[in-house]
Amino acid sequence: MSSIPTELKYATSHEWVRNDGDGVFTVGITEHAQELLGDMVFVELPEVGDSVTQGDDCAVAESVKAASDIYAPLSGEIVEINEALADSPEQVNASPYTDGWMFKIKASDEAELEALLDAAGYKSSIDEA
Amino acid sequence: MAQKTALHACHLAAGAKMVDFFGWDMPINYGSQIEEHHAVRRDTGMFDVSHMTIVDLTGSNTREFLRYLLANDVAKLTVPGKALYTGMLNEQGGVIDDLIVYFIQDGFFRLVVNSATREKDLAHITAEAKAFEVTVTERPEFAMIAVQGPNAKAKVATLLSAEQQAAVEGMKPFFGKQAGDLFIATTGYTGEDGYEIAMPEDQAADFWQKLLEAGVAPAGLGARDTLRLEAGMNLYGQDMDETVSPLAANMGWTIAWSPEERNFIGRAALTEQKAAGTDKLVGLVMEQKGVLRHGQRVVVDGGEGVITSGTFSPTLGYSIAMARVPANTGDTAEVDIRGKLVSVKVVKPAFVRMGKKVI
Repeated sequence: MSSIPTELKYATSHEWVRNDGDGVFTVGITEHAQELLGDMVFVELPEVGDSVTQGDDCAVAESVKAASDIYAPLSGEIVEINEALADSPEQVNASPYTDGWMFKIKASDEAELEALLDAAGYKSSIDEA
Repeated sequence: MAQKTALHACHLAAGAKMVDFFGWDMPINYGSQIEEHHAVRRDTGMFDVSHMTIVDLTGSNTREFLRYLLANDVAKLTVPGKALYTGMLNEQGGVIDDLIVYFIQDGFFRLVVNSATREKDLAHITAEAKAFEVTVTERPEFAMIAVQGPNAKAKVATLLSAEQQAAVEGMKPFFGKQAGDLFIATTGYTGEDGYEIAMPEDQAADFWQKLLEAGVAPAGLGARDTLRLEAGMNLYGQDMDETVSPLAANMGWTIAWSPEERNFIGRAALTEQKAAGTDKLVGLVMEQKGVLRHGQRVVVDGGEGVITSGTFSPTLGYSIAMARVPANTGDTAEVDIRGKLVSVKVVKPAFVRMGKKVI
C-alpha cells in the first residue's frame, strides 16, 4: 500500500499540498501517482510568476509510460519551482513527498483548501478507482 | 482469469508489478524499468518469455511447407540449428505475424511466434499444413527465459554442465541447439548478446533462481519494449499487422524474392505492392525535452505519417520512435505532440546495438 502522509491535503487528480505557512503551499504528486506513471523522464514545470487557477493544468509529468497533466490544487502565483527535477526527474519516483516536490504556490484564496481531501479521503478515492 | 507462467511466483518474490499482457499476468517492471534497461545494456538482465508460443513442425514435407508459408526462404537453413527471422503473410501481403524459425533436423523445424497472435497463427498454420501432411504440435510445456546483455553468455555458462557448455561453445548468432534439457538459442529482442533458453516448465523456477544468484537482474516488459525499440526491432500489432505490407514495416530484407519460381503466400500481392511503391518505416530522433508516443501524427513535406512506436531512450537520454511515413520523406519531419509541432530528425530505424549508439 502506498504511503499517504496525514499532514498533507490531496486532490483527486493525485496532487498533494503542504502548508508551509505565510500562505505558501508546496505541491507534488502522490506516491500512488508515481507508481501508476512509472519511471519519470521529464517534468515540465510552470514558471515562477505564473498565475494559476485551481484545477488548471500547469505542469506535465512525462514518464516512460505516458505524459500526464498536473493540475494546480489551489489558485495563486507560482513562487518557486523545483529546478532539480530538470536533471533528476527520478526524484519524483524516489521521494514523491520530499525531494520530488514540483512547485510552490502563494495562494490567493485559502478557502479553496476546503475542496481538497484529507489523507483518509484521498485513500478512499484511490481505493474506489 | 489471466494465465500464469511457471515463473509467476518468482516475479512476485522479486517485487514485480504485474500487468495483463494479452491474457497473461506478466511483470511490467520490478521497481524501475530504466534501471532494468541499463542492466541489460551494461551487464545482464533476464526476461520471462514463457508466454511466447513454441510450435514444432514435423514431417518429410516440412521444408517445402515452410517455403510456401513464410516470406523468407528456409532453403537458406542448411545447417541444423540455424534460424531465420521472417514474416508470415496473408494473401493480401499483410503480416499475420513475425516469427523465428529454427531448422532442427531434416523433417523437423521449430517456430517461435507471438503470444498475442497465438490462436490465429495456430489456425492458419494448421490449415495450410494439411496439404503438406505436416504435423503441427504446440509446446506449452516449455518455459522460456531470455538472458541478455554483454555478460549474459558468461553468466549462463556458470549454470551449464560441461556437455552443455561444449554444445553452445562458439555458437554463432541466430542458432539454436538442444543441450540436455535446455534448448539454447543465440537470439533475442534487445540488440545485445545473449541467449533465449527454453526448458521444461518444472525446471524454470530453479534456473531463474540460479541466474539471480549469478547476478542477473530480472527485467520486465517495460524494459523489453525500450530495448527492442532502441535496437530497431518491430513489435507486432504496433509496427505492423495484417493490414501492413512488410515493405512498409522495414521488413523488406526478410522477403526472399529469389528463386523466382518459389511460390509463397502473399507473393503476388507483394510483387504488386513493390511495383506500386509503399510507405516506409523510419526512425525518428527528438533531442529536445518530451517523449514521442505511439499514434502521434508525423508531418512531412507533402504528406503525413504516424508514429507506430515511441519512447524515451534510456541509453541515449532522449526520445526515439519508429514512424510509417511516405516513401519520399527526407531527413527531417515534424511531430504533433499534444497540439504542438516539434521538429525531429529522420534516421534509419536502429538506434542502439551492443551498448553503442548507432545513429
